[in-house]
Amino acid sequence: MTASLATVAYIGATILFILSLGGLSNPETARRGNLFGMVGMAIAVLATILGPRVTPAGYAWIVGALVVGGAIGLIAAKKVQMTQMPELVALMHSLVGLAACLVGFASYVDTSTVFPTAAEKSIHEVEIYIGILIGAVTFSGSIIAFGKLSGKIGGKPLLLPGRHWLNLAGLLIVIWFGRQFLQAHSIQDGMLPLIVMTVVALLFGVHMVMAIGGADMPVVVSMLNSYSGWAAAATGFMLSNDLLIVVGALVGSSGAILSYIMCRAMNRNFISVIAGGFGTGGGAPAAAAGDAQPAGEVVPINAAETAELLREAKNVIIVPGYGMAVAQAQHTVFEITKFLREKGVNVRFGIHPVAGRMPGHMNVLLAEAKVPYDIVMEMDEINEDFPDTDVSMVIGANDIVNPAAQDDPASPIAGMPVLEVWKAKTSIVMKRSMASGYAGVDNPLFYKDNNRMLFGDAKKMLDEVLAALRA
Amino acid sequence: MRIGVPKETAAGEKRVATVPDVVEKLVKLGFTVAVESGAGDAAHFADDTYRAAGAEVLPTAAELWAASDIVFKVRPPTPAEVGLLREGGTLISFIWPAQNPELMQQLAARKATVLAIDSLPRQLSRAQKMDALTSMAGISGYRAVIEAANAFGRFFNGQITAAGKIPPAKVFIAGAGVAGLAAIGTAANLGAIVRANDTRAEVADQVVSLGGEFVKVDYEEEGSGGGGYAKVMSEGFQAAQRAMYAQQAQDADIIITTALIPGKPAPKLITAEMVASMKPGSVIVDMAGEQGGNCELTVPGEAVVRHGVTIIGYTDLVSRLAKQSSTLYSTNLLRVTEELCKTKDGVIDVNFDDDAIRGLTVIKEGSVTWPPPPLKLPAPPPAKPAAAAAPAAKKGHGHGASEPMPARTLATVFGLGAIAFLLVGHYAPASFLSHFTVFVLACFVGYMVVWNVTPALHTPLMSVTNAISSIIAIGALVQVAPPLTGGAGADRPNTLILALAVVALVLTAVNMFGGFAVTRRMLAMFRK
Repeated sequence: MTASLATVAYIGATILFILSLGGLSNPETARRGNLFGMVGMAIAVLATILGPRVTPAGYAWIVGALVVGGAIGLIAAKKVQMTQMPELVALMHSLVGLAACLVGFASYVDTSTVFPTAAEKSIHEVEIYIGILIGAVTFSGSIIAFGKLSGKIGGKPLLLPGRHWLNLAGLLIVIWFGRQFLQAHSIQDGMLPLIVMTVVALLFGVHMVMAIGGADMPVVVSMLNSYSGWAAAATGFMLSNDLLIVVGALVGSSGAILSYIMCRAMNRNFISVIAGGFGTGGGAPAAAAGDAQPAGEVVPINAAETAELLREAKNVIIVPGYGMAVAQAQHTVFEITKFLREKGVNVRFGIHPVAGRMPGHMNVLLAEAKVPYDIVMEMDEINEDFPDTDVSMVIGANDIVNPAAQDDPASPIAGMPVLEVWKAKTSIVMKRSMASGYAGVDNPLFYKDNNRMLFGDAKKMLDEVLAALRA
Repeated sequence: MRIGVPKETAAGEKRVATVPDVVEKLVKLGFTVAVESGAGDAAHFADDTYRAAGAEVLPTAAELWAASDIVFKVRPPTPAEVGLLREGGTLISFIWPAQNPELMQQLAARKATVLAIDSLPRQLSRAQKMDALTSMAGISGYRAVIEAANAFGRFFNGQITAAGKIPPAKVFIAGAGVAGLAAIGTAANLGAIVRANDTRAEVADQVVSLGGEFVKVDYEEEGSGGGGYAKVMSEGFQAAQRAMYAQQAQDADIIITTALIPGKPAPKLITAEMVASMKPGSVIVDMAGEQGGNCELTVPGEAVVRHGVTIIGYTDLVSRLAKQSSTLYSTNLLRVTEELCKTKDGVIDVNFDDDAIRGLTVIKEGSVTWPPPPLKLPAPPPAKPAAAAAPAAKKGHGHGASEPMPARTLATVFGLGAIAFLLVGHYAPASFLSHFTVFVLACFVGYMVVWNVTPALHTPLMSVTNAISSIIAIGALVQVAPPLTGGAGADRPNTLILALAVVALVLTAVNMFGGFAVTRRMLAMFRK
């Protein structure tokens, strides 16, 4: 295959990738979109292998590596449970980051590349440096995110004293060694600054994600998604490969947009998130909560009474949160939905953009439980319908249904868009206890007159509700 | 402490203050419960069910009153019953202290503590669960419609049958309090055309929500008298109201009246002439019978026929649904008990710091504490600035900047961009620029494409972009075994590069295959 042919194949692959992302605009076309992605990837890989830059000597290695990696990937994809999807995605991001690092190092020690001018050599080295930097941050950040999501590391944010100064110091070290790196005359001389920078970048990745609380994970996961794209783009510059650049840019901007959407859904500043500095108002919640303690009392309800309310309702909106994922309650939720719909009750789902631990997490869980996607609504679509709703059922969510975000300008989550469940005739909140959500804010919803609390594990309580419905 | 539930002695009273279900819950709160034999018979709760629920059944009223620290009753006690009440004991019941001053004196003389369920400060929202007036009114509203249907010679709902067309019954309900609203809902559910009126304009929405139509009096005056009751209206208003009622009387088949003003005789809304103007066979249910009735011809406690119209003045509507009303009433009492016994140790604490309990308590240890001081209700929160409350960011999904950026910001962005591009153009070599072009354009394509992704598919989007980002495999591929030309790569550390590239390749392959496979798995689940 000639170089031109390979380039044309790359263009074809690029188009397929763009179509692949475009296909996700609706569930019908999404399956085809995924297929486009696979075909594009196959074309890109084959064109490269058969192209002028790979000699037959490498075929055995390549096939071996693809088979081993592919087998691991396929098994992991088959085994993973839908509730563990955020962990899997985070872990996969780390692989991209690590691969970017390795390719960067390999490219640096490769002496076969010839540069006509000194400027091009410098640019190449800058590209290597940046590529490894982003790759390393993505790698360590994703590993920590994986740990947090899978519960191996506690969800509480770790806030080191003067952490912004630490980050700044890290940045200065990286710039200083970047200078050293560019001035190095031989590969051996340049290796030390490169390794120091890699270590600093790894530490920065760890530090950045450790400082982020569990509820902010949707932003982190999509941000790391973005970083992994930029890492690929940087590798593309390094290797002068347009396909890598295009795909990296696609992925990078996709992740950036997702993070932006998540930030907006939580009313946080995009810039402060990208810089890894959120939760800066960490001290405020306690003080604000103190003087705005919601008055009133909590009215508990049991499963049988819940079933009674549901049975008599005409319109029901279910608002799932991370609690549903933790309790693996999505299948029971669907059974209840099915039962009620057969009885003619209009059951719908209201999904907050940051419900769960990654963008779209709830949608995937509900889809897994076979909930039809046309009754699963976005927050903007369904918020107006709450006043006409008889029962709104909140399953394991807290901050995303907190009226304080609208009513209390002093609240730490003030201005965050929330699902207005309290406007329904009755709202039922399923929770394990009265503990506050991740934002550490008390929820006045619990004290509203039309609110009932169903305490207990979501799965267990929903099973009881289902049994009571069928009885 | 022991809670005693005597049999109600008032004539026609079928309710009982505590039902077996509630006995169980009281026992859980740490109380012992004693019930007079036969107390629940009229409401169809047998002594045995009380025993099964954990209550002790005592044969006579005298024994029961003597054995009880706290007595739960429905009706105010008779002088004989007051005599049975233990010195210093506690009584929870309807009392109507304003209407029964002698009873208050007698109870005070017994050094009793008395909680009058009718004196509950209803405006406290947390008092709703204890509000027996509301729960009883709801029942009587329902029963009023049932009594009307019983006396009425036709269907409520309109039907078109083979035997001819049946028009729906027209029901007019005067007074849309709790009882009136319950009546509206019940009559509407039976299929009648329901109209209702109330001097309080704010209830119009509630009437409509239950399927009724709100009939306005053609006169401007607000009739809200506080505490959920109406007040006496001006003469002009009353004239306009009479005209409206006269008109409704001619049209309606059934009239249900529930108009009450606290501490005053019930307003006479339906005059004898109005009754005479009604169609023969029509029905009037006067729920205000006990306070003299809203209709001039009402005979309290009886159903009479005047001018061919059945006028029902039963005062025991609630008692006619004894099982239901006993259940609700005893639940109200249970909630009161929970408030009194927060420690759940079977000992009550009449805590005057609690507004609800302060209002309920009309006599504490022999001293009359009624009427209670006015409630220090929190001032209603000032109307919130709507703009601040409603999040400004109500943007439609699908596009990032749905509002155009302010011109100044835009100019700044463009200016910075121009400077950045100038710098790049000045220093970077041509080969870099071609890649840079591709990069910038790709960012924009990505931006445009990704905004169209539906939020429901954000997780598949992440996993597919993740799979696609394993395109980095190409970087590893070209390093595995590149064609080495000339002497340029003589000192190339082939083994090291090969090792790095192969490891990178394995990692990306995991990602590539795993990412696509898991996306596929997820997308397959999305179905209509």
